[in-house]
Amino acid sequence: MNQEVTITINGTEHRLQVPPRTLLSQLLRDTLDLTGTHVGCDTSSCGACTVLVDGDATKSCTMFAVQADGCEVTTVEGLASNGELHPIQEAFREKHGLQCGFCTPGMMITAVQILERNPSPSEAEIRSGLRGNLCRCTGYHNIVAAVQHAATISGGE
Amino acid sequence: MTTDTLIGQEVKRVEDQALITGRGQYIDDLRLPGLLHVAIVRSPYGHAKINNVDVSAAANAPGVVAVFTGADLAEQLGSLPAGWLLDEEATGMKAPEHPPLAIEKVRYVGDAVAAVVGSSPAAASDAVALVEVDYEPLDAVTDAEQATADGAPVVHDDAPGNLAFDWSVGAGDYDAAAAEADVVVSERIVNQRLIPNPMEPRGIMADYNGGTEQLTIWTSTQIPHLVRLLFALVTGHPEHKVRVIAPDVGGGFGCKLYLYAEEVICGIIAKQLERPVKWIESRTENYVATTHGRDHIADAEICGTSDGIVTGLKVHVYANLGGYLSTFAPAIPTILFGLMLGGCYKFENLSCQVKGVFTNTTPVDAYRGAGRPEATYVVERMMERYAHEIGRDVIGVRRRNFVRPFKRGHDMPIGVTYDSGNYQGALAAALDKFDYQAFRQEQRDARREGRLLGVGFSTYIEICGMAPSAVAGALGAGAGLWESSTVRVHPTGTVTVFTGTSPHGQGHETTLAQITSSRLGIPMENVEVVHGDTERHQFGTGTFGSRSLAVGGQALMMSLDKVIEKAKRIAAHEMGVDTKQVSFENGTFYVEDIQEREIPWGDVALGAYWAKNLPDGLEPGLEAVSFFDPQNFTWPFGTHIAVIEIDEVTGETKLNRYVAIDDVGNVINPMIVDGMVHGGIAQGVGQALQECAVYSDDGQLLTGSMMDYAVPTAEDFPTFETGRTVTPTTVNSLGAKGAGETGTIAASPAVVNAAVDALKHLGVKHLNMPLSPEKMWRTIHDAKEERRARRSAAARRGN
Amino acid sequence: MTTGVTDPFAYHAPETVREASQALSRYRGDAKLLAGGHSLIPMMKLRIASPQAVVDLRNVEGIKGIKENDDGSIFIGSMTTYYELITSDVINSKACSIAEAAAQVADTQVRNWGTIGGSLAHADPAGDLPAVAVALDFQIHASSARSDRTIACDRFFRGYLETALRANEILTGVTVPAQDDGSGSAYVKLANKASHYAIVGVAASLTIDPGGICISARIGITGAGPHAVRSRRAERILVGKELTENVINRAAQRGGAELAGLFNDDVHASAEYREAMTQVYTARAVTVAAQRASN
Repeated sequence: MNQEVTITINGTEHRLQVPPRTLLSQLLRDTLDLTGTHVGCDTSSCGACTVLVDGDATKSCTMFAVQADGCEVTTVEGLASNGELHPIQEAFREKHGLQCGFCTPGMMITAVQILERNPSPSEAEIRSGLRGNLCRCTGYHNIVAAVQHAATISGGE
Repeated sequence: MTTDTLIGQEVKRVEDQALITGRGQYIDDLRLPGLLHVAIVRSPYGHAKINNVDVSAAANAPGVVAVFTGADLAEQLGSLPAGWLLDEEATGMKAPEHPPLAIEKVRYVGDAVAAVVGSSPAAASDAVALVEVDYEPLDAVTDAEQATADGAPVVHDDAPGNLAFDWSVGAGDYDAAAAEADVVVSERIVNQRLIPNPMEPRGIMADYNGGTEQLTIWTSTQIPHLVRLLFALVTGHPEHKVRVIAPDVGGGFGCKLYLYAEEVICGIIAKQLERPVKWIESRTENYVATTHGRDHIADAEICGTSDGIVTGLKVHVYANLGGYLSTFAPAIPTILFGLMLGGCYKFENLSCQVKGVFTNTTPVDAYRGAGRPEATYVVERMMERYAHEIGRDVIGVRRRNFVRPFKRGHDMPIGVTYDSGNYQGALAAALDKFDYQAFRQEQRDARREGRLLGVGFSTYIEICGMAPSAVAGALGAGAGLWESSTVRVHPTGTVTVFTGTSPHGQGHETTLAQITSSRLGIPMENVEVVHGDTERHQFGTGTFGSRSLAVGGQALMMSLDKVIEKAKRIAAHEMGVDTKQVSFENGTFYVEDIQEREIPWGDVALGAYWAKNLPDGLEPGLEAVSFFDPQNFTWPFGTHIAVIEIDEVTGETKLNRYVAIDDVGNVINPMIVDGMVHGGIAQGVGQALQECAVYSDDGQLLTGSMMDYAVPTAEDFPTFETGRTVTPTTVNSLGAKGAGETGTIAASPAVVNAAVDALKHLGVKHLNMPLSPEKMWRTIHDAKEERRARRSAAARRGN
Repeated sequence: MTTGVTDPFAYHAPETVREASQALSRYRGDAKLLAGGHSLIPMMKLRIASPQAVVDLRNVEGIKGIKENDDGSIFIGSMTTYYELITSDVINSKACSIAEAAAQVADTQVRNWGTIGGSLAHADPAGDLPAVAVALDFQIHASSARSDRTIACDRFFRGYLETALRANEILTGVTVPAQDDGSGSAYVKLANKASHYAIVGVAASLTIDPGGICISARIGITGAGPHAVRSRRAERILVGKELTENVINRAAQRGGAELAGLFNDDVHASAEYREAMTQVYTARAVTVAAQRASN
């Protein structure tokens, strides 16, 4: 039986009927066509599907859409505002923090969470904060550099 | 931004804007009206006879549109091809049938048995469990050496002893060299099976128009053109009525380099149903259904003098190929392995034998480096093994055996010619960054504190720039390995570049635009690079083997030259001078010494299309097509240094430092090259320290998910210290050798050499990968026990 | 193969413990409680678990948050997330090994959703929190529609993924007993590089009197066996002694002795290695806990 959910996504409220087994990732991608959120595994390991749910970095493949009823969700599509890239997006481009780009949306969202909780993280803190996001292209080198750069341009020390 | 200055510049990538804003278009992001979804029923057994497949319950399940078995589609699906067959007479090459949907037998866990088509992914997935397959389990074999033993289960009846081929290559006389040598050291070196793990699993969408008979296949691939060709050959659907599109591809690392069963299955189902269908691989499925890499058991022997001159190397390999031959499988452990065994060293006697073996495991094919990491691992491991044996320093021994610097070709005993090299130079540059003497002091100090530190080197070479077609063809390639380009100048002077390469993270759109912009003197934003679509570009080869710039880049240079040549004729005609008098620089055609005679690029482009004033006999338009077939491979090289720390009590390892000096010839975009080096190092270190696919004896993959197979995380690495030396190749006019695989090829021996160095004082001579904490703990434990036993025996003798 | 789709199920999001328990009863054992969901949902996606119903605890009142009681004990609601534990001043000042263990769970995202109640009730043999629960002697509160009870941690973990909870009971929270002066605790872990679960994790909680003598010790071990266990044999060696390196090492040699013959043996680590690492990590946990107890 379908359930009604009301979820605010990137500032827009959506009222939707969903089967309970719909994952938040599926709701975003298949129902709302927000395909920037990627799905790279089925064991909650890779983090490609990470979005912010009420400000918390969340693996959207490990949450049923019904669990997000009443929540505010931010996806990669919602990072930029008024045509301005978010500092983390700017930093990923500037520091070559992406190659194939598949892990990038989830990686950036987790990075946003890391910096929100700690505006001046050490390299070790960045690396451990990113543990739930796998990348196979970059060796994480430039991703770490991008997060450091984002911290700098966002005003962290 | 214009002019030559863009070559060698860290230009930010043009790909990024879409990818960082969520506008990428990966396969699962594509939609078509009326789309159906395919789920594959896969074998849970490593080896079993199929007695019956009952699809009735599944076919009647809600939302299910159709269910197909191998028998249903046998004729349409054909047999998946091996695109590289070794000489049958010399090697006994066997290429058994490979039905995309298994019919009589399944040969590995994950072998496809039936395809369920549903109105939604959920409907298709739900019905998978309703397909009842009556399996009769058979004994399985997963280890390549065991598979060749008498009485081993037979994977393919037409490959007795499970032998796909027995290939050998050599130079000089190894046995004579060994007989004369002061020192002969042998070691069994295992290069474990790896799972590639691109972050995007595979996926396919197919659409068929029954009116035009046009079949369009979108697939997450590195080789759209070859997929189209092979699809046409396998299914009989005419090649010109197949269009293959590689959209944004989320990483490949070699495992998206083949014609896969699902590409054929989805194409044929779309045709059969005349409905668009999509199949998206789940990660768990990817672990069994997408090719694996490596899996070599090598018995290696090195010989030389007691003062450090290596005279020969012998390597006998069991190469596990899995249940079937994947598209390029036979090439990986042979050509790309055996021809590399000379390393960057002078020794002249080499003997290599490789047995390619079928087993009840997922097929094995290229994984980043593909054959070359395995070879480099053997060579670099054995060099240090030998140095330790004769009690000499690993650096000194390498220097003694290096081929001397050369700029224009060096013939190797094995029969290949290296393009250019300066191995001493790369080693020296690495040692500039890494104070070796200071490290040795630090190592001694650390040991006194109970900390085990070790340093390892890898002075590697690789074979890249795939490939001279005639050479590849003679060695068994079923396709040419040249590359193509088109440069289409539009009337306003903007340019579309079409390339046969097919990037999946390498940044070709940026690099090729940099080259084009620099050559034509036009801004980068006026250049568009198109790839990955068989309908937009003529036949091309694809992206693998660090070939895209070395081969594809040169094809682009040739088209740019042709376009400039024609444009010069037009400009000369306009200016009323001879073509020879016209120079072209910074986007302007001009005549030396005559100031007023100059025409900008855009005017010439417009003139070419307006065609009101063209030289006699010159066709209108400004476009050129080129095919570049290199005369040789390229041979990048370098020195990597790893420092590892081992917890003596638990065996846990930590990579403390990693220094990489690579020589990939000339570099177009250092930022992109560095990025690829970083990623390669991570994969090589991952192999050395933590990645390993493990099968049970009956063919179950015990590391079948990301919860069990340790893809490295950001925490597993230090910041890498990279640098370059530059020794241009002469194989192409860019002087570029290719940079996609250096790290993966170099890193695993560097790290293992470091670990052995850390434990050398305990008498440890070799370690097999991955260096798991337990393995290290056991090694340390056993070595100490042995030392204790030796000491007490000595003490007893002393009494 | 599936594409990450679970089997269908009915979804309930009750607002009281009583309603949640009634929902469990209604499905006669074929319903699953959903807390953070980071163990349950992956299992459902792989169709290892296919419950008829999922009872989501997100709206249930009174089972969230951290509260220090007057007697110095701490109540932690079952739906308290790892992140809340890590950032709680009360936890960090009074029972820091809870935060230490929570900080080593999986990753940033999982810690945002995973809960202490979910961890204990799921009783993954390699979960981190169960070791701390054992070492700190958690009192575990369970409620059904009809009754409430408190289960001592020593009797809670019964077997592989098996606890003392009844089919219609909900773990509502835990009470961490007040720590005496001179107490200290620690959690250390040898992590699986793939899953980040514990190959071996050891929590130690000690009280040391002003004279430097250990007057109480509890050691909890996870990852090594079928479920989290208490290592009384190691504890006994510590109690009544000054915790010299020698004493700690002797105790550590008994660390996990209760698991003899029961050590997990799998593709990640052999039983022999787990046994050896249990001893090593017991020494490390006790050493850190002793330092904290003395400070």
